Amino acid sequence: MSSLQSYLILSSLLFSIGLAGALTRRNAILVLIGIELMLNAANLNFIAFWRYGPNPEALTGIMFTIFSISIAAAEAAVGLSIILAAYRHSRTTNLDQMNSLKG
Amino acid sequence: MILAVLTVAGTAATMGLRNAVHCVLALTLGFTGVAMLYLQLGAQFVGFTQILVYIGAVAILAVFAIMMTHNDQPMDLPDSHSAWVAGCIVAVAVFAVLARAIVSSATTPQSQPQPAASVQQIGDALMHRFVLPLEIMGVLLTAALIGAVVIAMDRREEMK
Amino acid sequence: MTWIVPYLWLVPALPMLAAGISALLGRRSRATAAALAIGSMAISFLLSLGALIHVLTSHGGDRIFTFNFRWFQFGNEWLKLGWVLDPLTAVMLVMVTFVGLLIFLYSIGYMAHDDNFTRFFCFLALFAGAMLGVVIANSLLLLFMCWEIVGLTSYLLIGFWYHKPEAAAAAKKAFIVTRIGDLGFLLGMVWLYAQSGTLLFFDSGVGCLESSSLTHLVAHTTILGLTVSSAIGILIFCGAAGKSGQVPLHVWLPDAMEGPTPVSALIHAATMVAAGVFLIARIYPLMAAGAPLMSAYAGSLSPTIALQVVTWVGAITALFGALIAVAQFDIKRILAYSTISQLGYMMMGLGVGGVAVGMFHLITHAFFKSLLFLGAGSVIHGCAGEQDIRRMGGLHKHMRITFYTYTAGMLALCGFPLFFSGFWSKDDILRSALTWSVSRAPFYMGAFGALLTAFYMTRQVFYVFGGNNRLVATSHDDPALAAHFEDPHHHAAHHRHESPAVMTVPLVILAAFAILLGFIGTPAWPWFQSFLDGTHTTFAFSAFSGLNVLPVMASSSLLVFCGLGLGWALYGHRPIQSSQAPDALGAIQPSIFSFLSHAFYVDDLYRATLIRLNTWLSKLCDWFDRWVWNGAVQTISYFVVGIAHLDNFFDAAVVNSGFDEGCQGVSRGGQILSLLQGGQVQSYMRIIGCALIVLVLYLLWGAKI
Repeated sequence: MSSLQSYLILSSLLFSIGLAGALTRRNAILVLIGIELMLNAANLNFIAFWRYGPNPEALTGIMFTIFSISIAAAEAAVGLSIILAAYRHSRTTNLDQMNSLKG
Repeated sequence: MILAVLTVAGTAATMGLRNAVHCVLALTLGFTGVAMLYLQLGAQFVGFTQILVYIGAVAILAVFAIMMTHNDQPMDLPDSHSAWVAGCIVAVAVFAVLARAIVSSATTPQSQPQPAASVQQIGDALMHRFVLPLEIMGVLLTAALIGAVVIAMDRREEMK
Repeated sequence: MTWIVPYLWLVPALPMLAAGISALLGRRSRATAAALAIGSMAISFLLSLGALIHVLTSHGGDRIFTFNFRWFQFGNEWLKLGWVLDPLTAVMLVMVTFVGLLIFLYSIGYMAHDDNFTRFFCFLALFAGAMLGVVIANSLLLLFMCWEIVGLTSYLLIGFWYHKPEAAAAAKKAFIVTRIGDLGFLLGMVWLYAQSGTLLFFDSGVGCLESSSLTHLVAHTTILGLTVSSAIGILIFCGAAGKSGQVPLHVWLPDAMEGPTPVSALIHAATMVAAGVFLIARIYPLMAAGAPLMSAYAGSLSPTIALQVVTWVGAITALFGALIAVAQFDIKRILAYSTISQLGYMMMGLGVGGVAVGMFHLITHAFFKSLLFLGAGSVIHGCAGEQDIRRMGGLHKHMRITFYTYTAGMLALCGFPLFFSGFWSKDDILRSALTWSVSRAPFYMGAFGALLTAFYMTRQVFYVFGGNNRLVATSHDDPALAAHFEDPHHHAAHHRHESPAVMTVPLVILAAFAILLGFIGTPAWPWFQSFLDGTHTTFAFSAFSGLNVLPVMASSSLLVFCGLGLGWALYGHRPIQSSQAPDALGAIQPSIFSFLSHAFYVDDLYRATLIRLNTWLSKLCDWFDRWVWNGAVQTISYFVVGIAHLDNFFDAAVVNSGFDEGCQGVSRGGQILSLLQGGQVQSYMRIIGCALIVLVLYLLWGAKI
C-alpha cells in the first residue's frame, strides 16, 4: 500500500467518523461539527493527491484546499447563525424535535 | 502514523463525547492533527491556514454557539438506539466501500520529490490564475457575513 | 252550374259539421241540435238540386264530372280520392237529402219527449253526412270509409236506448253481421287496387271503371273460370249483401227495429240498406264487363257470373223476406222483412235489367217504405208504445191522416196498378226478369213474392187499422222508453189521437211522392231510365205495345188483386175480435205458419253453430293469453328481477368491497410512505448515505464488470 493509499484511507476514515457523528448526534451544533470534519477529510484528500499526484507544479490541490477552507468557514458561520435563530424560535437544539417538515 | 492516530482519536472523541464543550475541545485536537498532516505532506501554507481558520475561527464559533444555546450541560447520546445504530452502520458501510475502492485501485510510484509550494508561488497563482475564484470568494464571504448577521440578529431590536 | 262540382264535398260535410257541433252541445240544447241538423240537411238538399240541374243541363258527351285530388303518398305512388257527379249520383243525392230532411222534421215530433234528443240529432246528422259521402265518392276507398261510418252510426242509432239489453244486442249484431260482409268488400277492394293500380272510379280514362282498366281486368281469369272483374265484383257484392240484408246476412235487419222508428225509416228502409244496392249500381261496369255476346237476341249480352250471382241472391232474398213477413206480429218487423224482400227485388233488378231498373225501384221504394215506417211510428206513438198488431185496431177512425197515407204507401208497395209508383218500378224488374237469358226462375220467384207482398200488407193494414179497438194498457220496463211514450198528452189505452202536424206533414209529402214518382219511369215516358243511361227519349204511348210490356202489366195486376183479395178474405171479411185470437192463416196451416214466424229458424241455426264456434275460439284465446303470454311475460320479469338481485349482490360485495380494499391499501401505503418523511434531518442524511454507498458500489463494480 502506497503512501497515497494510506493517506486516502485515513481521509475516508475521518469522513466516516464525521458522517457517523452527523447521523447520530442529537445536538444540531454537533451535527454541523461533523459536517466540518467531513469537509476536512475532503481537504486532506486533495492535498494527498496534490502531493502524490501527477502534476504538483500547478498548485491546483493547494488552491482548491484554500478555497474549500474559506468556504467551510463561511458555511459554518451561516449554519450556526441559523441554529441560533432556530434556538430562539423553539428553545431547543434537539434535532429530533425540529420535525415540522414531516409528511 | 502517530499523527494519524492522534487525528483519529481526536475526531472520534469529538463525535463520541457527551458534553458538547468537550466535543469542541476534542475537535480542536483533531484539527491540529490534520494541520500536522498537511505539514507532513508539504503543504505548509495550507496547514497554517487550517490552524488559523479552523481552530481559530470555526471551533471558537462553535463554542460560542454552544454557550449561547445553553448546551454546555451534559446531555445524553441519541434517544433511540436504533437511530444511533443505523447511523453507525451507514457510516461503517460508507467507509468500507471507500476503503475497498481505494485499496483496489491502481497504485502510483512510491517516491516522488517533494513539490515546492512556497508562499510566493501560491500568491502568484492566486493573483494570476485563480484571481476569479479569489474575487468570488471575497463576495461569498461578504454575503455569508451579512447573512449570518441578519439571520442571527435579535428581531426585537429591529421592531423598536 | 259547373261551380257545383268542386263544392260537392259540402253536401256530406255540412251534416257532418252539424253532427260535430251537436256532439259538443249539452242535453238542454235540443232546439240548437235539431236546427243544425235540419238546416244542414236543407242546404245539402238545395246543393243536390243544383247538382241535378247541372247534370240535366249538360247535354251530350261525357256526363261524368269528377274532382280528384291527391291524399297522401306512399312510395312512388299517390293515393287519390275524389268525388264524382254523374246522373246516378245526382239522383241519389236528391233522394237521400229530401227523404232525410222529411224524416228529420218527423223526428222532432217523435222524439219530443225523449231525454236524449240532442244525441239523436247528432247521430242522425252524422249518418246523413256519411251516407252522402258514400254517394258522391269517386274512390272505392273513400266509399269504404264512409260506408264504415254509416255502419257505425247504424250501430249507434239502433242501440240508441242502450239500457235496453235487446237494443244493445241488436246493435252489436247489426255491426258484426255487416262487418262479415265488409270483409269480402275489403278483399275485393284490395284485389282491384292490385290489379288496376287505382281505386278511383273515373279518372280521365285511367279510373278502375273505365274501359282501359276494365279490359285489363277482363283479360285475366282466376279460379272456376271467373274473370278477375267478376271475382272482384262478387267480393264487393259480399259487402253489399251485408249492408242490404241479402240472405244469409239478413239476420240483423229485423232486430234492428229495436231502434227508434225514424231510425228505422231513414236507415233501414230508405238509405243505408239502399247503399248496398247503390254500390252495385256504382260498380256495375265492373260487374258487367266481359259478358260474352249472345246471338239469339241482337245486342243482348249473356250476363257475367257476378251478375248471375247478384240475381240469384236477390231473387232468393225477395221470396224469403216475403214468406217470413206473412207470419210476423210486430208492426215494424213486418216492415223489416218487407224491406229485405224489396231489397232482394232491387238486386234482382240490377242483375237482370241493369242500373236503371234497379235504381228506379230503389228510389220509389225509398219513398214508400219510409212513408210506411213513419206511419208505423205514428201508429206506435198513438198507441203509447204498443207494437204488437194483435193489440191494435180500429185506428182508421182515430188517426185518419196516418191511415190514408199508410194506405197509399201500402198500395205503392204492393204495386197497385197504374197510379202507384211501386207498380211501374216492380214491373220494370219483372219484365227484365222475364227475358233473362239464364233462367226464368227469378221471374217466378219475383211474381210469387209480389203476391205475398200484397197479401201480408193487406193483413197488416186490417190488423192495425181495421176492426175494433183491441188495445190494452202496456207497461214498459225500461224507464227511458216509458218516459218517451208516456206523457201528459197521451192517456195511454183509451184516448188515442192523431199525431202532431210535424209528424203528419212529412207523411203527406211522402205519400204524394209515392204516387207521383212512378210517372217518371213508365214505359211511355221512361225519363228516369234514359236519364241514367244517357239515351234520348220521348213521350209515346206506343211504347206500351213494346215487348212484353202489356202482358207483364196485366199479370202483375192480377197477382196484386189476388193478394189483396186473399188478405181481405182472411183478415178483412171477419174483423179480428180479440188480441188473443189466433191468426187466421195460422189457424189453417199452423206448422207452416210457425215455421215462417220463426224466420226459417235461421237465427237459431246461426246461434247453434257460428256463435258457439266464436265463443269457443274466444275462450281458447283467453286461455292462451292467460297462460302462455302471461306466463312468458312473468318468466321474463322474474328473470330480470333475479338479475337485479345478482347485480345488487355483486355491487355490494365485490365492487364496493373491492373499492374499499383499494382505498384502504392506498391509505396504508401512504401511511408507510409517510414514515420516510419524518421530518428528521438525520434520517434524511442516512438515506443519502445509503444512496452514496449504492452509487459507489455501482460505479466500482459496474466499471469492473
